[in-house]
Amino acid sequence: MSLLSLTDVTVRAEGRTLLDLPRLEVHEGEILVVLGPTGAGKSTLLRIAGLLQRPAHGHLAWRDEPVPWPTPLALRRRMAMVFQAPLLFSGTVLDNVAYGLRLRGERGSALRDRVDAALAQFHIAHLAGQRASTLSGGEAQRTALARAVVLEPELLLLDEPLASLDAPIRERLRDELRQAIRGRGMSCVYVTHELPEAFTLADRIAVLSGGRLLQVGKPEEVFYAPNQRAVAEFLRAGNLLPAEVVSAAGGLATVRIAGRILTAASALVAGRRALACIHPEEVQVALAPGSAGEWLGATVVAVTDRGPTLRVDLDCGFPLRALVTRRAARELALRPGLRVAVTLAPASVHLILEDGAPNMAR
Amino acid sequence: MSGLGQALQPVLAMREELAGILGLSLLVSGVAVVVAMLLGVPAGIYLGLRRFPGRQLLVTLVNTGMGLPPVVVGLVVFLLLARAGPFGALELLYTPWAMIVAQVIIATPLVVGITLAAVQGLDPRVHLQIRSLGASGPQHYWKIVREARLSLVAALAAGFGSIISEVGAVMMVGGNIRGQTRVMTTAIVLETRQGNFALAVALGVLLLVLAALFNWLFTWVQQRSKA
Repeated sequence: MSLLSLTDVTVRAEGRTLLDLPRLEVHEGEILVVLGPTGAGKSTLLRIAGLLQRPAHGHLAWRDEPVPWPTPLALRRRMAMVFQAPLLFSGTVLDNVAYGLRLRGERGSALRDRVDAALAQFHIAHLAGQRASTLSGGEAQRTALARAVVLEPELLLLDEPLASLDAPIRERLRDELRQAIRGRGMSCVYVTHELPEAFTLADRIAVLSGGRLLQVGKPEEVFYAPNQRAVAEFLRAGNLLPAEVVSAAGGLATVRIAGRILTAASALVAGRRALACIHPEEVQVALAPGSAGEWLGATVVAVTDRGPTLRVDLDCGFPLRALVTRRAARELALRPGLRVAVTLAPASVHLILEDGAPNMAR
Repeated sequence: MSGLGQALQPVLAMREELAGILGLSLLVSGVAVVVAMLLGVPAGIYLGLRRFPGRQLLVTLVNTGMGLPPVVVGLVVFLLLARAGPFGALELLYTPWAMIVAQVIIATPLVVGITLAAVQGLDPRVHLQIRSLGASGPQHYWKIVREARLSLVAALAAGFGSIISEVGAVMMVGGNIRGQTRVMTTAIVLETRQGNFALAVALGVLLLVLAALFNWLFTWVQQRSKA
């Protein structure tokens, strides 16, 4: 069921379209991650979803009931928002976390119990009496998250809440945040430009760019089956190669890429021009072809050390990038000039239609 | 020592009258600054938060008002309260009420201006944050007051400082009537004119001590609320 829906929402400023959304729904109980580059309109979308900004056009509905303007306080109180900066108020950590509950008239031991639970959840119980102005970045953001989560909003809106934190703290807090959201059964819209964050948290991902919604779907769907070049590029899909569908039957398409033939799992029909999207980690590199499936002969052009994995640039008649583990690279003795056999499963070759309209955003 | 004793003789002789002058100074400026805060703080917050046609004009007026010459304020209040003026029937001229009115007009733009600057100095996302945690309109305003309280103490100090030491307006609308509208500053002017320099200096020192005392108090409150 749709908790919040935005229909035909547009926002313009100084002649520029900041947001143009035909339709976006937040489902009950889901974490919807809005992913996109800086300036994509993510924060604007979040302010509108949080009823903090009225869109120039379009309408919102809460559980299929139209949202009136000015928005009723009772409705706004079903949501809470956390920004990238903690934006803590003066006073102690406890004062901050209790703020929203006090606004709602909560007092005494009921208030204290709820605040204590939230403090404990974000591991800041020992900081309760400390001045908010003396906290470290991580502690401040934990306080900001506790201040919103303690309200048990039906919809939690998070605007890159972990973006300004160091990597180890960010990862820990990301897991804690997921537990807090899931544990309390809240719905959540989470804005970020970080892929790992999106994939760790999302039930669905909405890719936003230039104020337009490019694709909405489950993480693996968006990642492995981007519906257009912009999505594939933003998700760093790796290999994007111009391809032509030679023949198609039974959900499999035979495509030609720079004169070489590959099979892709696709419903596109013969004659269409497409973009083949191949994730580097899906490219299997071996010294000799395996017994099953198609293979391509290739020459190693370059090997780049990336820590846990190595990036291998190959020449198959077209440039192809692969990611291999350190162990595989050692066993294969990968080095420039080495001849190798490349295997690609049809499911790992995704075709994006390039002629005509892009695949519809779902 | 005997010189100092001689100099203080007239001051000591007048100590009852001095206490009256000091009391009236504090009363007039105290009431005026409270009224200025009551008017100026909400106005400053409103101007800081809302966007409406004519806002820029109001902000310009406030900024001009922050540098309003007290003597001009005195003149305007005088004309308004004079027997023939629009509020002449109230018979407020040459009463402490007229002095309070003039001082409110001097202090209010300062309070509005400093409050406005404080509200605009807050991260704009703080307002969104307050509302997104479920604040109603009045709760939002109150939170801003709380968050900007250091600046509000500064507004109080600036407002009070500007009127306790002001002479032009209170002289014009109060008339410096002994026992009725004579305050510290007008008394200093009078005693200097009459050649009672020891008394004038003593009054001057008293005014300085008073100003220092209040500034210390305001700073103390500010530091305490910051901690």
